[in-house]
Amino acid sequence: MSTNLAKINRREFMVTSFAFGGGFALSLVFPRGQAAAASLSAQITGTPWEALAGKEDIEINPWLVIAPDDTVTIRVAQSEMGQATFTSWAKMIVEELECDWSKVRAEYASVNRHFREKKVYQRMTTNSSSSVRVSRTYLQQAGASARERLMAAAAERWRVPRSELTVKAGVITHTPTGRSLRYGQIAQQAASVRLAKEPAIKTPDQFTFMNKPTRLLETPLRVDGSATYGIDVRLPGMLYAAVKQSPVFQGKVKKFDADVIRQRPGVHSVVRFGGPNIEDGVAVIADSYWHAKSALDMLPIEWDEGAHGNDSSKSFFEMARKLLDEPGARVVTKKGDAESTLRDSTKIVEAVYEVPYLDHAMMEPMNCTAHVTADRVDVWVGTQNPEGAVSETSELTGVPLENVYLHNCFLGSGFGRRGENDNVRQAVVIAKQVGRPIKVIWSREETMQHGAYRPMRVSRFRAALGPDGMPIAWHTRVVGIDTPYPGDEQTIRGLHKLPYRIRHELFDYHYRQNQIPTGPWTSVGRSQNEFFLETFIDELAHAAGKDPYQYRRALLEGNADFPVAKSWIQVLDEVAEKSKWGEKLPPGTARGIAIGDSRRVTRDEITICAIVATVSVSKQGIVRAERFDVALDTGPFLVNPLSAERQVEMQIVMGVAAALKQQITIEKGRVVESNFNNFPLLTRQEMPEIAIHFVRATDKPIAGMGEEVVGWVAPAVCNAIFAVTGKRVRALPVKNHDLRWG
Amino acid sequence: MLSLRVNRKVFSVDVEPETPLLWVIRDTIGLTGTKFGCGIGLCGACTVHVNGKRVRSCATRVSQAVGQEITTIEGLGGTHAVQEAWREGDVPDCGYCQSGQIMAAAALLAKIANPTDADINREITNLCRCGTYSRMRKAIHRAAELARKQ
Repeated sequence: MSTNLAKINRREFMVTSFAFGGGFALSLVFPRGQAAAASLSAQITGTPWEALAGKEDIEINPWLVIAPDDTVTIRVAQSEMGQATFTSWAKMIVEELECDWSKVRAEYASVNRHFREKKVYQRMTTNSSSSVRVSRTYLQQAGASARERLMAAAAERWRVPRSELTVKAGVITHTPTGRSLRYGQIAQQAASVRLAKEPAIKTPDQFTFMNKPTRLLETPLRVDGSATYGIDVRLPGMLYAAVKQSPVFQGKVKKFDADVIRQRPGVHSVVRFGGPNIEDGVAVIADSYWHAKSALDMLPIEWDEGAHGNDSSKSFFEMARKLLDEPGARVVTKKGDAESTLRDSTKIVEAVYEVPYLDHAMMEPMNCTAHVTADRVDVWVGTQNPEGAVSETSELTGVPLENVYLHNCFLGSGFGRRGENDNVRQAVVIAKQVGRPIKVIWSREETMQHGAYRPMRVSRFRAALGPDGMPIAWHTRVVGIDTPYPGDEQTIRGLHKLPYRIRHELFDYHYRQNQIPTGPWTSVGRSQNEFFLETFIDELAHAAGKDPYQYRRALLEGNADFPVAKSWIQVLDEVAEKSKWGEKLPPGTARGIAIGDSRRVTRDEITICAIVATVSVSKQGIVRAERFDVALDTGPFLVNPLSAERQVEMQIVMGVAAALKQQITIEKGRVVESNFNNFPLLTRQEMPEIAIHFVRATDKPIAGMGEEVVGWVAPAVCNAIFAVTGKRVRALPVKNHDLRWG
Repeated sequence: MLSLRVNRKVFSVDVEPETPLLWVIRDTIGLTGTKFGCGIGLCGACTVHVNGKRVRSCATRVSQAVGQEITTIEGLGGTHAVQEAWREGDVPDCGYCQSGQIMAAAALLAKIANPTDADINREITNLCRCGTYSRMRKAIHRAAELARKQ
């Protein structure tokens, strides 16, 4: 074995790292170049897991710390992956705290502390558009409570009633005398104040800071290269691992010949990994990623393909199509008698829809850095689920939860993929074997071929139309092929409660599991189901010879079973008006419409979204999504309209790429697509114009903003394609269809 | 040992000549602002300058960069017109591709002082998963304006 790195034992390692870190067992080594210096004044550092607070700083509550110079440090218990959650999180607290925004800093809340102090941060998982929806009330409370304790401390110091005090931008003023105190001067006293009663929090009409656009705290460190993503972590004595997992899912390593690569430069060792919930594979450990990767590429590995070596997307789709006719489907909705009405009707519209597996294709490949010792584990990773990462690490190593330190990094986007933590489990079992800090990096190919894919799905819709062209009876059957989580719920989500007025309705589904790893993909279930539903409604409108916008409107009007029908109509009208629906367009260009809300099976909160896509299709069948008009319900407020707009744009881009050209295909039990050449992202040239029209259509806070748009992109696009070509796209992606016309 | 000039400093690096420049910059020299995205020279997350021209460092052998002036995001200075414009427009979402985007934009402006939208589309082929293309385009025009004033 040859290695360029000096071999050091554990004891030496500790000494080395103390020399680097000044007291903490493992500190990071980062170049302190010009760029890093430039970002020092930023309100978030490039290493957001490192505590900013100094000894003089006073923790008022776990969410916020006040320094003598009035700097307020906010602890953010969500993962930042592009949604600007540091900014919105801080805004929710500062709205109540009334401090000076220019003196606010933000850092990650400590996951380790969360476990040590009985889940003090309530919930640290970032999913389901929940950063605002779930956290806002307790964050406002934390800010309000801190403000009142500061006020109480000032009142006590001046021996005046609280009612005589006002506060603005972190300065407390005693109105009758004009005396003032800064937060930093009274924080120490405030920390020991106990309030007799918690203050009430502001209602949305009282907001003075939220609901207005705020520039992003996250920006500066993403412009000078100083933001540290998981893949950027560097530790003293760290080695790198390149990994190869079983190409056929759930296959096993039969054997590998490490001798072939042992003499390769920089190679330290070759280890096998696997276990419950860890795909079997081999890791090459070396002194640089390139040494590890180039040696791994030369390593002969024999695989036992197991039971799934002959599976394919084709066979899964065949199975799903067959299930459409199988008895025993689970019934979700049964209203009236849909089956006999359909049997007796003369005008039936029927369509079968299909969507493929999809990868998340985050720009940052999967990675994780871990250091496992007998009594302490450190993990550096960008994860959407730090709590899960800690508990799984504890289980895998036997090290108690409170001695597992998870240092969450910035995420090179997530879209749901980074909540799985398969990379964490894998890195921990590898690092446990090697005994040194290991940074595991997956190649793009490994990342794409071992994803947690959006599940494929097949559905059949049948409707009987009355003499007026409106549906009388309707049967939806969905076949979901998925892993147990989110499984059933994801399969039926959105279709469980139809917004449209239909007298006889039946919705049932079949659900099967296979070995293909699936997981939440932005909007979890909706990007499939909304494509089905909103395409089918369009098919009905055309069958009835009616305008698709007016047809939807008529179906919503007077639907007593759907309490938010009026709000839907408001959003629908908005998008029709703003997009100039009905306007004459040049030949080859047309508009398609779709509407929905993010209703879930288990919750009432919604965000209503309506989209009009303006699409051109050349006579040769080349499709271009030209423009999107998006009308979006804001409810009574948005925390930061600036970041809300950006999340809408992100979802349009994601939705267009998925609709037009993305698919993950299984052949011989493995994933065919491997990189951005065969799983293409939307390019600069393909970027559509996007116009966002916010509308207040409901009175309750919305469900969220992170995944409430993407589902309606594909149906809007495909409905426009039909309007141009007369060809109905019932199976995504669009690129698989011959769309020549004229 | 190879001698590399990165951000106006000379580094002696003990690597094989066929090593991709990206990994020398990231692992050997330790400048992690330059990102690994696809490894096949396609996405552009790894874009750096070699003698002022944009290069996909994941698909460039380090031996090809010996004797050349290499600039990474860390060497752009922090106050480059493109970086100013990027901050002004709050361009990045997740930010992972942005170092490469900024380096590509800076190289474009060095070549074409006032690029049209068509120039931008043709010259910058870097991918962005979050879809920040519109903001980037605005920021490039703004950077051109700032550069004229500087």
